Amino acid sequence: MSVTEIDKMAATALIDEEELRYARAQKREKIGKWVLPIIMLTLVIFAWDRVVVMNNIPHYILPRPGLVLETLIKDWPILWQSLLVTLKITLMALAVAVVGGVGLAVIFTQSRFLEMSFYPFAVILQVTPIVAIAPLIFIYIDNKIVALLTVAWIVAFFPILSNTTLGLNSVDHNLRDLYKIYGASRWQRLRYLQLPAALPYFLGGLRIAGGLSLIGAVVAEYVAGTGGMGSGLAFRILEASYRLNIPRMFAALLLIAGTGVSIFAVTSLLTHLLLRKWHESALKREG
Amino acid sequence: MTLPSAIPPLGERQKLLEMSGVDKVFNGDVVALKGMNLTVNQGDFISLLGPSGCGKSTALRLIAGLSRPTSGSIRWEGGQARGDLGVVFQEPTLMPWATVSQNVWLPFRLRGKGYREVRDEVLWALKMVGLEKFQNAYPRELSGGMKMRVSIARAMVTEPRLILMDEPFAALDEITRMKLNDDLLALREKIKCTVIFVTHSVYESVFLSDRIVVMAARPGRVSTELTVPTPYPRNEVFRTTPEYGALCRDTSDALHGAMHEHNEASA
Repeated sequence: MSVTEIDKMAATALIDEEELRYARAQKREKIGKWVLPIIMLTLVIFAWDRVVVMNNIPHYILPRPGLVLETLIKDWPILWQSLLVTLKITLMALAVAVVGGVGLAVIFTQSRFLEMSFYPFAVILQVTPIVAIAPLIFIYIDNKIVALLTVAWIVAFFPILSNTTLGLNSVDHNLRDLYKIYGASRWQRLRYLQLPAALPYFLGGLRIAGGLSLIGAVVAEYVAGTGGMGSGLAFRILEASYRLNIPRMFAALLLIAGTGVSIFAVTSLLTHLLLRKWHESALKREG
Repeated sequence: MTLPSAIPPLGERQKLLEMSGVDKVFNGDVVALKGMNLTVNQGDFISLLGPSGCGKSTALRLIAGLSRPTSGSIRWEGGQARGDLGVVFQEPTLMPWATVSQNVWLPFRLRGKGYREVRDEVLWALKMVGLEKFQNAYPRELSGGMKMRVSIARAMVTEPRLILMDEPFAALDEITRMKLNDDLLALREKIKCTVIFVTHSVYESVFLSDRIVVMAARPGRVSTELTVPTPYPRNEVFRTTPEYGALCRDTSDALHGAMHEHNEASA
């Protein structure tokens, strides 16, 4: 073997090794992204179980994770019905929040006077703690579903309204001029320019509103539930707490948390699908 | 496409637009433009050349109808119709959520024309700027120079009577800029458009235009007008001729004169 040949081999080997190391690091990160949270979660659940067993904590104070799972399966018919109720209120509230939030945002950007007149109301509704308003709403609105929905909506609509308003107003000035030069109508400007420009902002608001509508639904049930007419997950938690059925409280809690995570995942996926082609936030950069 | 056969020489062109005695005052006391007179003829390639603050962009915005003159008038020969104007800004100003062809479709779309109806025109315009293969790309996938080409295609797709360009190549690197200058002239030969081009580069203005309007600042006004007699087509060879050098020197002197005027006025 000549010297140059060895040199050449060394050179290719060096590049290969570096590339391999890089590839390995990439792979590690990819796997770690999924595996690490799962390992940590398992460890925490295991520690929970050990703490309960070693300290002889009775199940009516803190149940073992296994018992929670058992209760979840055993009480599934009751809990499933409750989950559907909570989910229905949450999703309906989110839908109304989207329609109301985007609708108000569009109206506000079309008319400065309407914005000046009504924006303060939106802010007041947002900053007043919902638990303080909810009892009144349940007094004034007889239909329970409508009352629940109203409470959840008040909590959820504001981030959509404020984000979408911001988005509609942050159109590039040159593009605005361009539309003016080409004689675009108000409607055309809204449809082709402002709404697409506001989409990333709206989706950011939607992600927050998704979580908030669940919170709103749960809070509404708590307030309504004491009246003894609810059957959602929050009502089940209240009911179980009166009966010191702690495992069922945990099981219901698990379902609420799961619902919240699912809503977040769905809205994140929606954001990705809608923005991946063009928006900076969805860009994957090399290197 | 029906295009005029050739651009007649300077002095034999039909009048297209006339600015007479145009003043623009901002906030009651900032005089951005004072007593501007300019006659634009069909086929002219006019550069507005001057230091910053000379009102060249203000003049362009006035012609575009984005702001109204404080006094004086801007009159289009035969009135201004929709689609008479194409604009290219300093930034490409593309809609990031729309593909290249959708961006070029915009001027038609805002006139209520469906994509199918004007598909040929859109593709023709993209072909003119050499981007027919990128019709389905999104702006973020393109380089700065390519984005500017899309912007030019959008400005010319309706075959407007007048194209306004506001320092369109100022943010590009020198090599891309020269290439786009060459291409812009080649384009002009093909579609015989009338252009008003704002720039602060002497070399660019001499290369591109047949009329150079030198402007001075504070208050913004026309200082002098030069003509570049060199016939088109011009290409990169023109840049190396002694004639080009001499013209650049004359224009540079005129520009310095315009800036000196200001110094004397303020002294």
